[in-house]
Amino acid sequence: MTQLEVELNELKTEVSNMWSLVMSQLTKTRDAIVYFDKDLAREVVLREKRVNAYELKLDRDCENIFALYCPVAIDLRFLLAALKINNNLERIGDIADGIARYVIDAPTPFDKTLLEATQLLDMFENSMIVTNDAKVAFETEDTHLARTIFEKDDILDKLNRKANHTIADCIKQDLAVTEEAMYVLSIIRKLERVGDQCTNIAEEIIFYIEAKVLKHFQAK
Amino acid sequence: MEDTIVRTNDFNAYFGTNHVVKNVNIEIPRNHTVAVMGPSGCGKTTFLRCINRMHELIAGAHTDGKIYLHNEDVYDMHPIFVRLKIGMVFQRPNPFPNLSIYDNVIAGYKLVGMKLSKADRDQKVEESLTKSALWNEVKDSLHKKGTFLSGGQQQRLCIARAIAMEPEVMLFDEPTSALDPISTASIEELFHDLKKSYTLIIVTHNMQQAARVSDRTAFFYLGELVEYDDTKQMFTNPTDIRTQNYITGRFS
Repeated sequence: MTQLEVELNELKTEVSNMWSLVMSQLTKTRDAIVYFDKDLAREVVLREKRVNAYELKLDRDCENIFALYCPVAIDLRFLLAALKINNNLERIGDIADGIARYVIDAPTPFDKTLLEATQLLDMFENSMIVTNDAKVAFETEDTHLARTIFEKDDILDKLNRKANHTIADCIKQDLAVTEEAMYVLSIIRKLERVGDQCTNIAEEIIFYIEAKVLKHFQAK
Repeated sequence: MEDTIVRTNDFNAYFGTNHVVKNVNIEIPRNHTVAVMGPSGCGKTTFLRCINRMHELIAGAHTDGKIYLHNEDVYDMHPIFVRLKIGMVFQRPNPFPNLSIYDNVIAGYKLVGMKLSKADRDQKVEESLTKSALWNEVKDSLHKKGTFLSGGQQQRLCIARAIAMEPEVMLFDEPTSALDPISTASIEELFHDLKKSYTLIIVTHNMQQAARVSDRTAFFYLGELVEYDDTKQMFTNPTDIRTQNYITGRFS
């Protein structure tokens, strides 16, 4: 194994670690909502600094490999993909942080009927599934699995669109839930963005393995 | 459609019974820089030397197939005429040690017996040294020996000597492998300028150099032309796994 391969393998492990950190942020954020646990939400906000630091570290690692090894072909594509995936993961971390802040700000626990009507927890579940699938696709270089993420993102998009009407109906029925409904809608919007970030990641995985650029293509 | 200047057709080269270049088919467009790379012994230098018929100077060496300059087979042309049209610069700078910078530049004319007037000689020397980015450095010392120059300057003097003969194609056999990074950078810059007037074919072991200076890259392995493509394509997504293994350093 060449030294470049050693460096790239280490980078891959580090990106996976970043992924695990971000997924744990998402899981804790979901639990903070379900149990209305503000302490757990504060922990997510505190750990966001670690996610940011990890992003900077991975950026530096990529920069060093570019400068020292001048990678080409699949190595170059991997490094470019790792750099972008790192950025996407940090944004998922931002999303978890943003949702955790809603939990901290919310005056009362989220209404279970509202959560069920909007399928918020289903959205959480699907967000975590796509994030995990993207991680497995990256680690195993499985472009077939990466391609399934596009369909799973569609489910998140549908849930997001459906939530608009549901939230509107809930507010019409009871104006008192307006503030809470706005929090829930904001969380749903953010979870929909997790799907978008994972779609971007899936595109990067396919680019690195198959050298195909799928960005901005409707049919993937 | 790009204008092809050099084209080969099922070209083979041998040293005795040793088949070193195998059935190569390649088209080289005019005013392009083509890098030829591959591991040691893959036949890239032999292929380069076949283009201007230097290969046949070695005892036991022979070829078959065709190499065309425009549409004329170089093996049907007079070898001296071929080498006038297809100049060559070697790995180590090799100015004539007993000649001045001035005489080095026009040495080709003397060697083939072409006489130039003093004014033409002066003009040719200035033009060639300017094109090789050496004029400003040597214009006040044209009558000093070429060997007094630095390695990088000597190599540019050799390039000026090739340019002076007004070739259409210039062959470079690892032209910077004996030079320091600064001299290498100046020669690489020069390639970008030379491409406007000539077609450059460069054998190099330095893959980053191939990536930096060439428009197209040819990868040779065991005498075969494995892949020949746009350099950007070659260094981001090569088609052949052997090319990928070579450029990523995974070659065994």
